[in-house]
Amino acid sequence: MVETRLIDVTGLQSLLDALVARGYRVLGPTVRGGAVVNAEITEVADLPRGWGDDQEPGRYRLRPRDDEALFGFAAGAQSAKPVFFPTDELLWRGRRTAGGSGFEAQSAESAQAAQGGGVEEHGEDGPDTRPTALLGVRSCDLSAVGIHDTVLTGRGFTDAHYAQRREGAFVIAVACSDPGGTCFCVSMGTGPRPEQGRGAPFDLSLTELLAPEHRFVVEVGSERGGALLDEIGATAAARGDLAAADAVTEQAAQRMGRRLDTDGIRDLLYASIDSPRWDDVASRCLACTNCTMVCPTCFCTTVEDVSDLSGESAERHRVWDSCFTADFSYIHGGTVRESTRSRYRQWMTHKLASWHDQFGSSGCVGCGRCVTWCPAGIDITEEAAALRGVPGSNLPTPTSPPTPASE
Amino acid sequence: MTAVAGAGSRAAPRGDPFVPRPFVVRRHRQDTRDTWTLVLEPADGATMPFAAGQFTMMQAFGAGEAPISISGDPARPEVLEHTIRNVGAVTRALVHAGPGTELGIRGPFGTGWEVSSGRGGDVVFVAGGIGLAPLRPAILEVCADRASYGRVLLLYGARTPEDILFGDDLRRWAADHAVDVQVTVDNGQHAWQGRVGLVTQLVDRGGFDAVNTLALVCGPEVMMRYAAMALRARGVAPARLRLSMERNMKCGVGLCGHCQLREYFLCVDGPVLTYDVLEPLMSRAEL
Ligand SMILES: Cc1cc2nc3c(=O)[nH]c(=O)nc-3n(C[C@H](O)[C@H](O)[C@H](O)COP(=O)(O)OP(=O)(O)OC[C@H]3O[C@@H](n4cnc5c(N)ncnc54)[C@H](O)[C@@H]3O)c2cc1C
Ligand code: SF4
Ligand code: SF4
Repeated sequence: MVETRLIDVTGLQSLLDALVARGYRVLGPTVRGGAVVNAEITEVADLPRGWGDDQEPGRYRLRPRDDEALFGFAAGAQSAKPVFFPTDELLWRGRRTAGGSGFEAQSAESAQAAQGGGVEEHGEDGPDTRPTALLGVRSCDLSAVGIHDTVLTGRGFTDAHYAQRREGAFVIAVACSDPGGTCFCVSMGTGPRPEQGRGAPFDLSLTELLAPEHRFVVEVGSERGGALLDEIGATAAARGDLAAADAVTEQAAQRMGRRLDTDGIRDLLYASIDSPRWDDVASRCLACTNCTMVCPTCFCTTVEDVSDLSGESAERHRVWDSCFTADFSYIHGGTVRESTRSRYRQWMTHKLASWHDQFGSSGCVGCGRCVTWCPAGIDITEEAAALRGVPGSNLPTPTSPPTPASE
Repeated sequence: MTAVAGAGSRAAPRGDPFVPRPFVVRRHRQDTRDTWTLVLEPADGATMPFAAGQFTMMQAFGAGEAPISISGDPARPEVLEHTIRNVGAVTRALVHAGPGTELGIRGPFGTGWEVSSGRGGDVVFVAGGIGLAPLRPAILEVCADRASYGRVLLLYGARTPEDILFGDDLRRWAADHAVDVQVTVDNGQHAWQGRVGLVTQLVDRGGFDAVNTLALVCGPEVMMRYAAMALRARGVAPARLRLSMERNMKCGVGLCGHCQLREYFLCVDGPVLTYDVLEPLMSRAEL
C-alpha cells in the first residue's frame, strides 16, 4: 500500500525547515537569469511561484502563469546530473617526493578525509560537506538518476565520488502538471508521475493541487521520508485529494509536446548505420555539444592534469566531455569520428540503441532538453521518425522555423 | 550487461581505480629510433599479475596518461614491462623516464588474448609495427608451453628494417621454439635481404591448418582489417580470430565513454575482441 499524506504551502516550508535542521543543503528550482535552475533554497519564496515555461526546438522562455503554482513548469536546463556528477571532480592529488624522481598520489577521498571528511562542494566559503536534499526532481530525471546509478555504480568499476554523493542524498520528486512542448516521457515510459521502483528511489513525491486550496499530495517513498512528515505533522490524504492528484498527472500525460515511437528502436538505429539522414542532420548540427551537456544521462568525461609552476605537485580532475568534439575520439594519427555526421550518429545510436546492450535500458528518458537547448532546433524525436521513414509524425507539427535560444 | 562477447579473462586491479600506483623504472632500453622498452618494479613491492593482452594506464608525473599494453612475460609478474613508441607528449615523457624514475601505473585493464584456447591447434600471430609489443606476452606463453601447440607462425610487418622490434626474441623464438618467424618491411633499402611487402601477403602464403588455427592480430586498424580478411579467406573461423583494438581511452575502466565502438567499451570489453563481433563494426568508417 502506498502511503500518502497532505501538506499545504506552510507545510512545505516546514518540510524545508526540517531538512535544513537535519543538516541538509537543500537544492531546488528557482528563477535566475530568465530560466529555472537548481540552487540552494531555504524558503518556499525561493521557488518559481507563478512561473511556467514555453519550450520548443531551440527555444526556452519563462511565461508568467495566472496562478500561484510553485512547480508549474517543465524540465529546466539542468537536471539532477550536476548535483551528483559535477562538471569538475578532483580524482587525486600528488606531489614529487624528495629527490624529484618519485611521487606520492592521494585519492580525492583521503585528501578530503585529511581535511575533515565528506565530498567537497566548493561554495563561496570553502568546502561544503553537508549532505544534499534535492527538491523538485521530475519523473524523467528520476529515471535518469537511476540510469546513472547503473552506469556509474552498477558495473565492474565504481565511481566512488558519485556513489558517495548519491548515498546520503534526500530526494523529493515532483509530478509534472504542465509538460513542455519538447517533453516525451510518456513515450519513453518514464513519466509524468514519479513511481517508486522506476528509476532512482525517492523519499517523498509531491503532486501540486491548486484548487480549491493550494496543497500537495505527498507519496511517502522511504522511512526517513515518513518520519519527516510525522515531524511536521502532515495529515493523511483524503480520497478526493488522491483522485485530484491522479487527474493532474493523467491530463499531463495527454499533453506531451512530442512522442517517439520506441517499437524496435534499437534495431532501427543499428539498421540505419548508412542512412542518408545522417548527412541531412549533419548539415544542420553545429557540433556545439549543448545536447550532451544538458542531457541527464550523458556521462562521458575526460581528464585534466593541473600542476603548479614548479611541477612539484599535480592534480588530476575529471571533467564533462562530449562525443561531438574532435578530441573525443582522437588517437595518434587522427580523429576516429572526423565528420559531424558520424558524431551525431554516435550520439543518437548510443542514446536509443547501444545503451540497451550496455545497460539494459534506453539512454533517453524523454526530458526534451536536447531538443529545447539545441541552437539548430534538432529534434531527436523527429530524427528517429525520419529514420523510420515517417517524417512529420510528431505532434504538434512545427509551423515556423525554430527560433534561436538566445532570442 | 548483455551481448558482450569479448575474449574474456581479466585480472582485477587493486584499490581506487583512478589513483596510480608508483612503479620504479629499473631498465630502460632503446629498441629502435622511436621505441623504448621500460622494465619497472612496483615501489610498494606488491606484484601485478596480468593476462597477456592486457594494458595499463601509464603516466609520467605531471605529463598525462596513456594506455600502453604490457609487453612482458605473464609468468614473471614481479616485473612490469612496457614497449612504447614515442609519438606525442605523453609517450615522449614515458620513453625518457630513465632508471630510478617513478611512473604512475593503473591496471592491469581489459581483456586478454587467451592464447591457451589455441592448444592442440596451430597459432598464427600477425603483427604490424608496435603491434608486436602487445602480442609478445602471448608469444612467450606459447613458447613456454610449445609442445601443446601445432605449427606456430609469427607474421610481422615493419616499416623499414631499422624499425624491427625485439630482434633477439625473433631469433630465439625461431631457433629454440620452432616458431616460423616471417618478417616483411614496407621499405627495404640496400642491405635488407628479406621480404618487402605487406604482412597480408604473408598470410596468403599459408603454412597453417586454417580450420584448426587461432589467429591473434595487432597493428594499425587498416592493417588488421586486411589481415583479418586474408585470414578469413584462408578459412580461419571469425570466432578464432582475435584483434586488439585501439581507441582513445581516458579512464581504462569503462566510465569515461571515449573508447566506445557501438555497444562495446573497448577498455573493458576489449581491447581484445573476436572478429565475429568486430567485422560489422570495422567495415564502417568513423564508427
Ligand atoms: C589498449 C591500447 C594499448 C596500447 N598499447 C600501446 C603500446 O603497447 N605501445 C605504444 O607505443 N602505444 C600503445 N598504444 C597507443 C598509445 O596509447 C598512444 O600512442 C598514446 O596515447 C599517444 O599519446 P601521446 O600524448 O604521446 O600522443 P599524441 O598523439 O600527441 O596525443 C595527443 C593527445 O591525444 C590523446 N590521445 C592520443 N591517443 C590516445 C589514446 N589511445 N587514448 C587516449 N588518449 C589518446 C591524448 O589526450 C594525448 O595527450 C595503445 C593504445 C591503446 C588504446
Ligand atoms: S544536435 Fe544541436 S545541441 Fe547537439 S551538437 Fe548538434 S547543434 Fe549542438
Ligand atoms: S537524449 Fe534528449 S530527450 Fe533524451 S534524455 Fe537526453 S536530453 Fe533528454
